[in-house]
Amino acid sequence: MSGKGMNLTLKIWRQKDAQSKGKMQTYKVNDISEHMSFLEMMDVLNEQLIAEGDEPVAFDHDCREGICGMCSLYINGEAHGPDRGVTTCQLHMRMFNDGDTIYIEPFRAAAFPVIKDLVVDRSAFERIQQAGGYISVNTSGNTQDANAIPISKHAADEAMDAATCIGCGACVATCKNSSAMLFVGAKVSQYALLPQGQIEAADRVKNMVAQMDLEGFGNCTNTGACEIECPKGISLDNIARMNRELIKASVK
Amino acid sequence: MSGFFKSSIGRKVAMALSAFFLMFFLIIHLAVNITSVFSEDVFNELSHFMGTNPAVQFALQPVLIFGVVFHFVMGFVLELKNRKALGVSYAKNNGAANSTWMSRNMIYSGLVILAFLVLHFIDFWIPEINVKYIKGDMSGMHGGEYRYFHEIVAKFESPTRVVAYVVSFILLALHLLHGFTSAFQSMGSTAGRKKALQKFGKIYSFIIPLGFIIVAVYHHFNHH
Ligand code: HEM
Ligand code: SF4
Ligand code: FES
Repeated sequence: MSGKGMNLTLKIWRQKDAQSKGKMQTYKVNDISEHMSFLEMMDVLNEQLIAEGDEPVAFDHDCREGICGMCSLYINGEAHGPDRGVTTCQLHMRMFNDGDTIYIEPFRAAAFPVIKDLVVDRSAFERIQQAGGYISVNTSGNTQDANAIPISKHAADEAMDAATCIGCGACVATCKNSSAMLFVGAKVSQYALLPQGQIEAADRVKNMVAQMDLEGFGNCTNTGACEIECPKGISLDNIARMNRELIKASVK
Repeated sequence: MSGFFKSSIGRKVAMALSAFFLMFFLIIHLAVNITSVFSEDVFNELSHFMGTNPAVQFALQPVLIFGVVFHFVMGFVLELKNRKALGVSYAKNNGAANSTWMSRNMIYSGLVILAFLVLHFIDFWIPEINVKYIKGDMSGMHGGEYRYFHEIVAKFESPTRVVAYVVSFILLALHLLHGFTSAFQSMGSTAGRKKALQKFGKIYSFIIPLGFIIVAVYHHFNHH
């Protein structure tokens, strides 16, 4: 492998803590294999920094297989980098070329404050979920079998599609308005499409949208950037459905 | 319901409703203007009706003015709110990778349209109001003939004005190219209608501005 890898220049946002002012800093990494994932490349950089006695770059990650939604990173001007339908942990270094300069920044939004370097606080999403992203189920021990309720194939498919959202926040990071509507649209839709979600439907959409606004996310202007950058391909139709649900809940 | 219009989605719906009204108005306005290319008399008759009919003057016109003002004030409000939501900006941001220029620059195409509207008011609306309601002359006549046709011909003699109109209408086309489908999306239009709306939106955004451009250019090159 040696000698055949890529030599890269990295421009990375460094910020000591939430209170400090950060800045872009330049690093070099050499001999990066095209088979590495983007986060493995970051690991190489960090080992190098540790060996040199420097502070490693903090970034979020957990499953490293595209399901947990922990990894983030705004890479060369795009959330989760230039590839489509993947998270940063699934992004391969073969998407880059020898000699490239790669910008690596945290997901930006007033509602996603930086904690350190590339790590941002996405707990606003959790508070939105807590405001209404659930259904009430009788857990007395006589719980009805969910499969006993007939659901059309179409509705089930659409609900499943919406439910694939991993809450990564790429939609917010990408949006020129820092709008969270793709995320909230997906979370509202996954219940709105199913019979189990009907009972709390009106309160759910009202409360989740109210919390979303309270957290300081912006207004959607339908640019569609979120849909393109979303690693799970969540459709804009979910935003339209949320709008419909809120209109319905408000005229009642 | 009042809470609804204070929510982010409610504001979007209000924006879309005002836009629907403006898009409907543009159809009417163009329909009247285009007659000037074919028939001086029809154009004069229609203009006189629009300019003096009480229902148009005192019901439709105030709604229209409210609609325009509401639309651009709300446009500014949303833009400011969205800038605040953004926080620190990116060192490198590749917007072109995932969205159209039109969709990212509605405020700028809007500002050009607004500047155009100011010019348009000074050109036509204020002189009309002056004649009709200040001088109190509701006849629509000048030198024994209807004045409307002569007025547009006189205005479009100036090449700078024609260029300003053409540029503004190109920006209107760009505004609508994103705005048309955006307004339906804001209203919660269902997925099944998406393709048809996109198609119709493209046709509308092309035809309407082109129609206004044709009227201005036609009179420029055919003045007597
Ligand atoms: C006859 C004139 C105009 C027409 C037909 C028109 C039409 C539209 C349409 C259809 C939309 C999409 C609405 C939506 O997404 O729900 C829109 C959005 C917008 N318009 Fe206009 N517009 C006009 C004039 C203006 C003016 C004068 C401004 C002044 C700045 C403006 C600023 C905006 C902005 C900023 C948006 C985006 C707001 C958003 O999507 O949240 N428009 N317009
Ligand atoms: S909608 Fe897509 S981009 Fe947004 S949080 Fe869910 S998975 Fe991430
Ligand atoms: S680390 Fe889990 S999705 Fe990337």
